[in-house]
Amino acid sequence: MTAYLVRRVLQGIAVVIGVTVIVFIILHALPGGPARGMLGPEATEQQVQQFIVANGYNKPLWVQYWRYIDQLVHGNLGYSYQNNQTVAALLADDLPKTAVLVLLAYAVALIVAVPLGILQAVRRNSVLDYVTTGASFVAYSMPTFWLGILLILGFAINWRLLPAEAPQGATVSAVLQDPKAIILPVATLALVTIAQFSRFMRSSAIETLVQDHIRTARAMGMPKRAILLRYLLRNSLLPIITLIGLSLPVTISGAVITESVFNYPGMGLLIWNAATAHDFPVLLGATIMLATVTVVGSLLADILYAVADPRVRYS
Amino acid sequence: MTAIQAGEPGGGTLPGAEPEGGEVLAAGSTWRMIGSVFIQSRLAIVGVAIVVLMVLFSFVGPLFYHTNQVQTNLGAVNLAPGGSHPLGTDNVGYDVLGRLMVSGQSTLIVGLAAAILATVVGTLWGAIAGYVGGVVDAIMMRIVDSVLSIPPLVLILVLASVITPSTTVLILLVATVSWLIPSRLVRGEALSLRTREYVQASRAMGGRHVWMVLRHIAPNAIGVIVVQATFEVANAILLLAALSYLGLGPAPPATNWGSMLNEGLNYVYEGKWWLIYPAGLAIVLTVIAFNFIGDALRAALEVRLQVR
Repeated sequence: MTAYLVRRVLQGIAVVIGVTVIVFIILHALPGGPARGMLGPEATEQQVQQFIVANGYNKPLWVQYWRYIDQLVHGNLGYSYQNNQTVAALLADDLPKTAVLVLLAYAVALIVAVPLGILQAVRRNSVLDYVTTGASFVAYSMPTFWLGILLILGFAINWRLLPAEAPQGATVSAVLQDPKAIILPVATLALVTIAQFSRFMRSSAIETLVQDHIRTARAMGMPKRAILLRYLLRNSLLPIITLIGLSLPVTISGAVITESVFNYPGMGLLIWNAATAHDFPVLLGATIMLATVTVVGSLLADILYAVADPRVRYS
Repeated sequence: MTAIQAGEPGGGTLPGAEPEGGEVLAAGSTWRMIGSVFIQSRLAIVGVAIVVLMVLFSFVGPLFYHTNQVQTNLGAVNLAPGGSHPLGTDNVGYDVLGRLMVSGQSTLIVGLAAAILATVVGTLWGAIAGYVGGVVDAIMMRIVDSVLSIPPLVLILVLASVITPSTTVLILLVATVSWLIPSRLVRGEALSLRTREYVQASRAMGGRHVWMVLRHIAPNAIGVIVVQATFEVANAILLLAALSYLGLGPAPPATNWGSMLNEGLNYVYEGKWWLIYPAGLAIVLTVIAFNFIGDALRAALEVRLQVR
């Protein structure tokens, strides 16, 4: 187990280093470079050259990369000219807000999708199964932003129940003080995740249901409820742990879109603004940060899986 | 892991296709059997029908329904459906029904091209990694892990900040984030295929590595590849829509269903439903159709694996 953990952690570190290399190459090796984008079309050629020299963009790529990593290890993620703030400060502001959105969506998704998937599996091929499976198929096949717009049209415009815009508070506690406004963004992200999870949960539960130990328990007269809770739920929950780890990149992508639909000032909007303004330090820092979150998330999922399922032995 | 075989509301476990007595099947009859299982899945038929209809609508439709999709007509903007415009006009006077057809062309082309490109690249990458193994495999798969750990839309935003989107660029962008899962799946297949006797026999007879990958590894993983490619088309169409929504779509008058939605959103709060519902429905229907086909293909493939 310890050997496995060490290997997994080392792999994770390799992946994060890989991410820094990939993003660095994309941003710095392609034509155009950061200077023209950051200074705008009005900058003179001389100003551009000055900027390039001042920021070391004329040095060989590996020298730039090495300098960036050196700074990164010391906690310096660079400076955003666009926002006049350090990248670290921007991330410290926006990452918690996206985390709130994603975590709430995951919580809602699990609370709904796990019972739903089990219900679908137990009542397989019933009307209820067809309707809910069909609905999750539609949600699964829908662009996230369109789903968000439909929710806004229904709940905010037609019925005037909920605000159409996410909370605009600058901090997490300010965001949480406006619970009504966070409902629609969370619902948008949660619905997509529910569709994904319940599909998985349904087939996982169906596979567990046909196993011998369940049939034995049933034959021995164990109450159905006890079978569901003690055997089916516990066994089908295991793959969900892995699924959460695997789904992180897709869910964060969904959060980027959701933030843009509901104008929620988190990582998604930060990255979108940075991309349109060619704010390379922010793009670098934010991408590396999100990739690290993904890597740590899937690492935790793997460890949790090993703890939860004693049958899993790693060599 | 066969757990992700969800979404078979219609057909159940497809009991129809009985293998013929369990005798050794020739390659031809295996494929025929997959075909027959596929055809017996009602959802597969629905999926294929929707795709065929969408292709006909987008590519043949404009031959019969003539509209001007190049010049704007500012004298006829945001007209409600009716009269000579069955689905109304948009904010610069394009006929919405005609625009749906033109958008369908680019959406389907980008979706299919990106999925095919991603599948080919992913297949070769995974086949080489799995076949060669060792350090090469470790490095190649860590690269896949790295790209995979960046949320796809974030990676596309980073890429789009340095290149301006055109149709070709859009195909490349979508393919950049879509080749990873195919490569992982094919690598898994390659790991088991390379130990098979016929591969080793071919190797012992002096077969070259390129020959192994192209003649033995890739073709034998074809089932997994085709299933995944179908899902990649669905994903590509969704990604394209998301990109267009974020303002990274093609420049007008070029368009796609996502761009139509993006433009329509500015007016939808005034009740101009025809600007978003037709395009949105077109996306959802097409994506559902490809997911149906993928599910049915996977089910059919599993039947083949059971026979083997």
